[in-house]
Amino acid sequence: MIRIENIKKSFSGKEVLKGIDGVFEPGKPNLIIGASGTGKSVLLKCIVGLIQPDEGSIYYNDTEFTNASRDDKTDIRRQIGMLFQGGALFDSKTVEQNVMFPLDILTKMPLDEKLDRVNFCLERVGLSDQNKKLPSEISGGMQKRVGIARAIVNNSKFLFCDEPNSGLDPLTSITIDDLIMEITEEYNITTVVVTHDMNSLLGIGENIMFLHKGLKLWEGHKDDITQSGVKEFEDFVFASKVMAKLRK
Amino acid sequence: METLGKYFLFLGKLFINRETFATYFRLTMEEAIQIGINSIFLVSLVSFFMGAVTTIQTAYNLISPLIPDYVISLVVRDMTILELAPTIIGVIYAGKVGSSMASGLGTMRISEQIDALEVMGINSASYLVLPKILGSLLTYPMLVILSGLLNILGGYLAGTLTGVITPFEYIYGIRYEFNDYTVTFALIKAFVFAFLVSSISSFKGYYTTGGSLEVGKASTAAVTQSVIAILLADYLLAQLLL
Repeated sequence: MIRIENIKKSFSGKEVLKGIDGVFEPGKPNLIIGASGTGKSVLLKCIVGLIQPDEGSIYYNDTEFTNASRDDKTDIRRQIGMLFQGGALFDSKTVEQNVMFPLDILTKMPLDEKLDRVNFCLERVGLSDQNKKLPSEISGGMQKRVGIARAIVNNSKFLFCDEPNSGLDPLTSITIDDLIMEITEEYNITTVVVTHDMNSLLGIGENIMFLHKGLKLWEGHKDDITQSGVKEFEDFVFASKVMAKLRK
Repeated sequence: METLGKYFLFLGKLFINRETFATYFRLTMEEAIQIGINSIFLVSLVSFFMGAVTTIQTAYNLISPLIPDYVISLVVRDMTILELAPTIIGVIYAGKVGSSMASGLGTMRISEQIDALEVMGINSASYLVLPKILGSLLTYPMLVILSGLLNILGGYLAGTLTGVITPFEYIYGIRYEFNDYTVTFALIKAFVFAFLVSSISSFKGYYTTGGSLEVGKASTAAVTQSVIAILLADYLLAQLLL
């Protein structure tokens, strides 16, 4: 479980996060949604420690992360897997080497065990025959799946996904969402997904946090989105013609 | 001043929260091979012709019958060891290896590969940059030695084939009153320049922000600042050590 308390962050005097609280529970996808520039990615980067918040606390299973010592932070980070918007695969490494990378660095597993684990993870994301390909030789959707395999290869307890569906077609997006959902439930991982994809919202929105201008305006389940009573949230969710039609 | 401070903090960051010795050894060897092997052709080509041209031009300027011919190769030798091999090759090294380091790290930064390392709990600066600096310290002095040898060989072939100097006189001049401290000085310069080029270029690449345009700018800035640093260090070292 991850708990965040009163997270504030400013850049050059501009307040991007104005005190965000929330709890992200394991075993179900937790979505952070909002329009562009509302601070979703900044919040995610604060949670994983890529950005230091100005105020507030972040707890990973009751261990305070924000002001933890370097060693404690490293210990927590080694339980984190992250899927980046562009995949962030290492260009010079093959699919297999990319997925094996966390095991190479963080464990002392023998090579055959590492290979077994890599093959298991690649199979789990449906890429069992792509081991020797370079990231540039596979599609964007495949790169995202390799990113997921790399994020879970080390039995991560926390999975973060930054806009996992950006640049993907609707069908591939659904595949990625389903994969995130399955992995989260199967391994009881605490998963946090930053997105503004409405398919994801309706598909895997078990716990949705809506950010608007650096504030959390609404939190709830996908089934409750029509009864939020928050104008900014409804304007955002039903902005597209498809969603508006669906609402009617 | 702020950038200078950031540069020193960056250097300090290389030595904290490191990975295992075996990891660094493997990465350093990979970098050394990439930096060294890939630079041999260009360094050899430039050095050979630099030696040839230096010999012909020195001969052209030393027309007095009072000056013996072996002075030509003596001048070539001292120019090569003191300046051409470590410094001019350093400038070329900054252009080739420095820009490659900066653009490689810059691309990793903008495509979030560096963030991916950080999220895994890896000190990305240390993991990515320290092997580049160590690889550079390991290979650049070898490139300088190679350059010195090829400079002198280029001068020998150009001088003897065109008839401006006999083989005997050339070798006599190369050996005449040879001060081996100049080689030590050249190697000290090589180590300093290797460190400056690799650390400055890595610094510029590591802190790239923006997109592909900024990667190009970081690469250009890395070369420019490395060359300026080489020239300043060259002057300071000459003042201090000669």
